Amino acid sequence: MKPTDISNPEYFHKVVDCQYACPAHTPVPEYIRLIARGRYSDAYMINWESNVFPGVLGRTCDRPCEPACRRGRVDEEPVAICRLKRVAADNKDDVKHRMPVIPEQKNGKRVALIGGGPASLTVARDLAPLGYSIDLYDAQRKGGGFMRSQIPSFRLPESVLDEEVNYILDMGINAHFDQYVDSLKSIVDKGYDAIFIGTGAPRGRDLAKLPGREDGDANIHVGIEWLANVAFEHTKTIGEKVLVLGGGNTAMDCCRTSKRIGGKDVRVVVRSPKSEMKASPWEIEDAEHEDIPIYENHSPKEFVTENGRLVGMNFEVVEPHYDENGKRRLEPTGEIVFMECDDVLMAIGQENAFPWIERDLGVEFGEWDMPIVDKTTFQSTLDKVFFGGDAAFGPENVITAVAHGHQAAISIDRFCQGQDVTERPAPGTNLLTQKMGFHEWTYDNAVSDDDRFIVPLADKTAALSDRKMEVELGFDLQQAYDEAERCLNCDVQTVFTENKCIECDACVDICPTDCINFTNNGEESDLRERLKAPATNAEQDLYVSSDLKTGRVMVKDENVCLHCGLCAERCPTSAWDMQKFLYTVTKAGQDKEAVTPCTK
Amino acid sequence: MSFIRPNIRHPQLAVNDLGYTRANYEGALSTLCAGCGHDSISAAILQSCFELSIEPHKVAKMSGIGCSSKTPAYFLGNSHGFNSVHGRMPSVATGANLANRDLVYIGVSGDGDTASIGMGQFAHVVRRNLNMVYIVMNNGCYGLTKGQDSATADRGSASKKGIPNPYSSIDLCETAIQLGAGFVARSFSGDKEQLIPLIKAAVSHRGFALIDVVSPCVTFNNTANSTKSYDHVREHMNATGTFDFVPLKEEITTEYEPGQTEEITLHDGSAVRLHKATESLDFSSRRSAMNEIEKHKEKGEVLTGLLYLNPQTPDTHELLGTTTTPLNQLDKDKLCPGSKTLDAINDSFR
Repeated sequence: MKPTDISNPEYFHKVVDCQYACPAHTPVPEYIRLIARGRYSDAYMINWESNVFPGVLGRTCDRPCEPACRRGRVDEEPVAICRLKRVAADNKDDVKHRMPVIPEQKNGKRVALIGGGPASLTVARDLAPLGYSIDLYDAQRKGGGFMRSQIPSFRLPESVLDEEVNYILDMGINAHFDQYVDSLKSIVDKGYDAIFIGTGAPRGRDLAKLPGREDGDANIHVGIEWLANVAFEHTKTIGEKVLVLGGGNTAMDCCRTSKRIGGKDVRVVVRSPKSEMKASPWEIEDAEHEDIPIYENHSPKEFVTENGRLVGMNFEVVEPHYDENGKRRLEPTGEIVFMECDDVLMAIGQENAFPWIERDLGVEFGEWDMPIVDKTTFQSTLDKVFFGGDAAFGPENVITAVAHGHQAAISIDRFCQGQDVTERPAPGTNLLTQKMGFHEWTYDNAVSDDDRFIVPLADKTAALSDRKMEVELGFDLQQAYDEAERCLNCDVQTVFTENKCIECDACVDICPTDCINFTNNGEESDLRERLKAPATNAEQDLYVSSDLKTGRVMVKDENVCLHCGLCAERCPTSAWDMQKFLYTVTKAGQDKEAVTPCTK
Repeated sequence: MSFIRPNIRHPQLAVNDLGYTRANYEGALSTLCAGCGHDSISAAILQSCFELSIEPHKVAKMSGIGCSSKTPAYFLGNSHGFNSVHGRMPSVATGANLANRDLVYIGVSGDGDTASIGMGQFAHVVRRNLNMVYIVMNNGCYGLTKGQDSATADRGSASKKGIPNPYSSIDLCETAIQLGAGFVARSFSGDKEQLIPLIKAAVSHRGFALIDVVSPCVTFNNTANSTKSYDHVREHMNATGTFDFVPLKEEITTEYEPGQTEEITLHDGSAVRLHKATESLDFSSRRSAMNEIEKHKEKGEVLTGLLYLNPQTPDTHELLGTTTTPLNQLDKDKLCPGSKTLDAINDSFR
């Protein structure tokens, strides 16, 4: 293999599994260390810079970081990254004074944001400090988009959402709430320099063709619309017997909300096997904790009505079969099951819909009637119109919307300044030794033996009787410290300097997880089998040095490295050093600031 | 600060015949200097015992005093151990072996502990052919007292202090061959591929097995003018050949060219298979071994690998005609048969 090019920022970035997996590339270990040190405000600001809604995401994020967490590969469970983020948000001091200063002298460019969700708010957050005049349009009466209408208050208290939405609206954004934009042309005509569309995926799927759908209409609801009605208090009750159709996170929110506003016998009915439900495992757990049964392999057959009123539903029991490619087919068994109900909530997916975009403006639409949007620049075929969040490529999640927002803001800024939008700013990186002395590092390199801590919950009876009572209480400060100490500090990299190595084997002998090898070079597949512990996880890179004195090379399997620093401590010549790699996604306008590089 | 090794291990660690992983053979975290050759030798002993599937409680680690003699704390944490008096490890090992002949005795000593203060004890334990593995972690200096030249430092070699050693050195391998050891080898801490099979064969050999391991002292004796530095040994190392240890159960399938490859069966049925670098070397001949060592010395080289092997030498128990049952398993009546028996023995001498 060729020697690893560690000057390529993506190499060490990939070693920080959590940060690499995060769509917004939040520097996770960096803020977890700050939480352990009690510096909650600093931890919050690192998050805020990167993901804009730490309080919201610390409660509701889809957490792509956690399945990626290295701790999950060497221990039973990953670090509770998401809930640590919440600790920073809950325990910070007032951070208003740390927010960007908004220039009074504007730069003369006007940007319209359509939709007030996470993507649009992120664009606003990035552009307002640069002097842009920003108009935001949203159909709801408050900002936040789906974060407000779809995420129930028992998971995300309104005060948390208000705080983080207001940090952005307070940047001098001209927000036009309660204003549904029914024509893109009307916005274009207002002469904006750029327009950002972050309107989400607003249409919930229906079972329009199922028998009885029309007769039972009064008691059959589309999940996301129903959740919005509950959030804005247009809907205050539901029948005692509720069937929730679907197996995603919206279904989990629907069933748990039903339980709080009158539902007694609430059931989730899903077509697929339970093991293949789309909902996050923890959200399924939370629903089951509230005694909501999940019926798997039940395919909706018909809505049963009596005298024009819904009384129940028929389901056909199906059996999953898999072909040799693992593709699933659900085959009917012929068994029909009737379930009584007063109300049905359909949470079977959602779709994009752009009835308000005139098709002759220049914004072209492609497959599935989706706008054609560039994956990197988020620009549409009409050069001043940009898309982001669920509106761009279909339903994802809040953190993805934020990541889109940051990138779209870069494009809008470059576009408005007459620069090429396809040229993207390089990430910010810094690599600095953490050595403080003999056996002493700036980070806690001892590896905690603790198992993942469980977030304490509110009393179930109390929680179920109040729709707005937050179920999760969050870690207390001691638990937060202990959980933070489980982090392996994967951003503190093992950096190897060939010409210092005397090949004494001290690092090989001390490494607790047998990562380090000195061996003859070879092809990657061959090397992977020859190492002290075979490197079977091909997704994780091998760190290969150039030739050493004996003609061998150093090969390190990054897979299960604990970043404990023992290799560097046992190295007599400092050929190994532990160096913190900070990777930041450059935001709009940041590449113009004079950055003094750290030379040592 | 880390003086504790993390408890997490590689999730796919290999398992030996006993169902143990290497982790079951670990000891405490080393307190030796970073980069010390001794730590590599500890790791090689650990790996050998793992590969041989020796139950850790069937091993006794014996040592004297010195950096080397601290190492038994850093491997085989579940084995027996005795950290004895300076240079007196052979006596303690002899006593232990006589009391319980069923254990594997691994003696760890240094060049000072063996060739200076312990020279007398060393000579006699070789002569008695005690069934043990005697590993010398040989760095040519007294590391624990700031690096003075030891008795194995080569004449002219200079440590960190910079003054060439005026005295001639003791070659422990030649001494051991001369005194009748059945298994004599030399190795290098930086060459585990050679060291591990040597240790495995030494453990399987019945009788006294010496492995003199050149083990650089990074703090005091890893200098440009030292003959026991990493660089010097790597540049001047010349092996008698490569070496396979063939455990008893393994069927021999590979065929080698005659002449260059020699196979020697050990007392327990296992075998060592040698792929000799030169045909002139005869492992069963003391004269050939001495010649070969001296020949390389003249060229300024360090001859490593197996030097001499005679699996048929009678060990201490055989020489003394002791009971095959370990003494600790004999009951009181057998161990202390009473004054009548003593009288009878005394009478037999009259």
